[in-house]
Amino acid sequence: MGKLNSKIPEGPLAQKWTSYKASVKLVNPANKKKLEIIVIGTGLSGAGASSALGELGYSVKTFCYQDSPRRAHSVAAQGGINAAKNYQSDGDSIYRLFYDMIKGGDFRAREANVYRAAEVSNQVIDHYTALGVPFARDYGGTLNTRSFGGVQVSRTFYSSGQTGQQCLLGTYSSLNRQIKQGNVKMFPRREMLDLVLIDGKARGIIARNLITGEIERHAAHAVVLATGGYGTIYYLSTLAVNSNASAAWKAHKKGAFFANPSFVQIHPTCVPQLNEFQAKLTLMSESLRNDGRVWVPKTKGDKRPANAIPEEERDYYLERRYPTFGNLVPRDVASRAAKERCDAGYGLGETGLAVNLDFKDAIKKQGKKAIENKYGNLFEMYKNITGIDSYEEPMRIYPAGHYTMGGLWVDYELMTTIPGLYAIGEANFSDHGANRLGASSLMQTSGDGYFILPNTVSNYLSNEIRVPNISTDSPEFAETEKEVVERLKKLISIKGKKTASSFHKRLGKIMWDYCGMIRNEEGLKKALVLIKELKDEFWRDLKVTGEYTELNQELEKAGRVADYFEVTELLVTDALNRKESCGAHFREEYQTPDGEAKRNDEEYAYVAAWEYAGEDNPHILHKEELKFEEVEMKVRSYK
Amino acid sequence: MKLTLKIWRQKNAQVKGNFETYRMDNVSPEMAFLEMLDSLNKRLVEEDKDPVAFDHDCREGICGSCGMYINGHPHGPVPAITTCHLSMRFFKDGETVWIEPWRAKPFPVIKDLIVDRSAFDKIQIAGGYISVNTGSAPEANNILVPKNVSDEAFNSAICIGCGACVAACKNASAMLFVSARISQFALLPQGRIEAKARVRAMVDKMDEVGFGSCSNTGACEAECPKQIKLTNIARMNREFYKAF
Repeated sequence: MGKLNSKIPEGPLAQKWTSYKASVKLVNPANKKKLEIIVIGTGLSGAGASSALGELGYSVKTFCYQDSPRRAHSVAAQGGINAAKNYQSDGDSIYRLFYDMIKGGDFRAREANVYRAAEVSNQVIDHYTALGVPFARDYGGTLNTRSFGGVQVSRTFYSSGQTGQQCLLGTYSSLNRQIKQGNVKMFPRREMLDLVLIDGKARGIIARNLITGEIERHAAHAVVLATGGYGTIYYLSTLAVNSNASAAWKAHKKGAFFANPSFVQIHPTCVPQLNEFQAKLTLMSESLRNDGRVWVPKTKGDKRPANAIPEEERDYYLERRYPTFGNLVPRDVASRAAKERCDAGYGLGETGLAVNLDFKDAIKKQGKKAIENKYGNLFEMYKNITGIDSYEEPMRIYPAGHYTMGGLWVDYELMTTIPGLYAIGEANFSDHGANRLGASSLMQTSGDGYFILPNTVSNYLSNEIRVPNISTDSPEFAETEKEVVERLKKLISIKGKKTASSFHKRLGKIMWDYCGMIRNEEGLKKALVLIKELKDEFWRDLKVTGEYTELNQELEKAGRVADYFEVTELLVTDALNRKESCGAHFREEYQTPDGEAKRNDEEYAYVAAWEYAGEDNPHILHKEELKFEEVEMKVRSYK
Repeated sequence: MKLTLKIWRQKNAQVKGNFETYRMDNVSPEMAFLEMLDSLNKRLVEEDKDPVAFDHDCREGICGSCGMYINGHPHGPVPAITTCHLSMRFFKDGETVWIEPWRAKPFPVIKDLIVDRSAFDKIQIAGGYISVNTGSAPEANNILVPKNVSDEAFNSAICIGCGACVAACKNASAMLFVSARISQFALLPQGRIEAKARVRAMVDKMDEVGFGSCSNTGACEAECPKQIKLTNIARMNREFYKAF
């Protein structure tokens, strides 16, 4: 594998995508039918790509582990989806959306990709609207928007607090249309367990039917991973509990470089942990910070109920520290500020790990009805979980693991370092740098799936038109299947004493303590030792009941947890390597006197793309230098 | 608190199932219902027994994966929430809790509490979409939709496809589920163009895959975790008559 070639088109930034599309090689309609594409995952990028590729006439085979494609975790995105429509005439533009993302990502994202994401954002909104996604509207019938963290315009389209659900159901409907037309064949309740390479190209997958346990071979001319992020490494996170890193990790071990793994977003507004058995943390949308004010008591250890604390004894620390952006600072900044206050002893409740998100002033000003219209379902959800009515007293929130900016390295065409293997949506690394801004996840993942991949894939597939349908009888398929089965057998044969979840929980704690919101060299080195010890214990003392030839949820978990050990080792290695603070990656050793992240552009303005070098060898670091032609790298300030 | 669980165990669709009894000694009222089952499963695995299989994923009430009959109600006795949002504080110390899968012919049991809901997908595939190709959409604000209409469409669109309506219905009717989707599209101008073909295709498929008819009992509405309204069924019927 040679040097990284990001294949960024020549020409001015604003022209790159247009000129790329004008010169990209195409596949004629008759040939498209003969070309097979496998898509793994049915969130907005996977189901979007499957739909668009099906519409173009390719033969698509789409896989998801859920019982229906409608349940992929995009469904849980709450607050909204960004676009540069400038419907509010508040100075927005493609350029400004691009700039906000570049700055929000702390100048660690690839300029050309980010610009393109901003460029296709408007088409995404048009498409969803045409599909019948009921975005919020104004009384005149036009689309409404709201503001999100880290920006000063109102560009976020939304459907109450269920924007992800509505976009996903729209995408599910377009996928269904392609299934009906016979262009897409859907394989639910399947888990991809490995990637099959033939002559160095991605040619198929080995999947396990989660109902029957059957091991299946599926072949194609290209494989697309739309498998989301790896935020579940923290055990407690805002992700669906079955979300996992395995497909991406298997691809990585087969030669796809993994980029910036340590860039993980910790979301500031989540319901704090309530009990030791808790399996996940629930997100409270960032949109709440439009009207909610974040505060802790000014006195250490003040355990009075929130409403009993008078105004002058409250510390609205975000407004105090960041007067320009106030409660709407980006997520990484808000999370660290909450941790800072709690670590200093000002946190709420028994654990001291919570801060207030208070709607008192907003309700006073706008009325309860207006707040209910905007956030009704979120207030309800909060009440279901905690029993607390946030119209009467503040929500208690605390940061939780949420989104991974890092992911498989891809070039401008969204192809990984394995020819014919693509990664889209959260599974790739390219658009959010070291921190993602709110509501740009739905935007990027939809853009990748619907508008970008379907345009770039022909550049590769045009050279594949003479390749007949790939047989699954080849030795490569047989060999990969054998490895998959051996590993499943190995997991079952350990017959130790501890469940996969119990290991996952312990691994999550190591990661949260040493590689969470704040990191330092000593802690990271300790984490590496602890992960290694736990991994050894896992392979000695894991217990999986049942067989691999049947429905076996314990085995599913065990396979995923086994991969988390390897993912986290690389994540910590990357965090150690990056001796600077940028975005969500905050190294204690590298901060300004007032506690803000201190970048080191001279040495670290690069994408760290890691190559797998075998079980017993350290990963090899490849650097993609980030060149900023359009913007100037500045200190990222929200003060 | 202490609980007695009576859980439906069934190895697969071919064999008969039965209730098994499990005693739980250490349930915290702060646990979610599924976390209580997680702790049971942890114990079962450690005792080398087969854990209880159940579908679940997001655990925040939106993916629609989870769903079980708890004490005679889909998603349990608390209205307007999914199983994953059901807190153990709603149960009493010493209580016996009955846990069963959805029971409906079109939802065959796969194992324990997991049922096959692919019949729902088949109905959606039959016509639950607006035919628009990627890239061919008009500028979004060229389609004006009155706010009240859009809000109403949204209220239908929030169905999570969990299947509680079918499980609650004595006829195993899927009318609430199907009508929610049909309503969403029927209300919006984008969806009007294909309205007739859509309602016919989806209703035909609903009958074909074996769901029963509606006899206006309203159990579906009462048990729906997302409070989808019965008026959707009225709208679907109207759309259906108009389609001929």
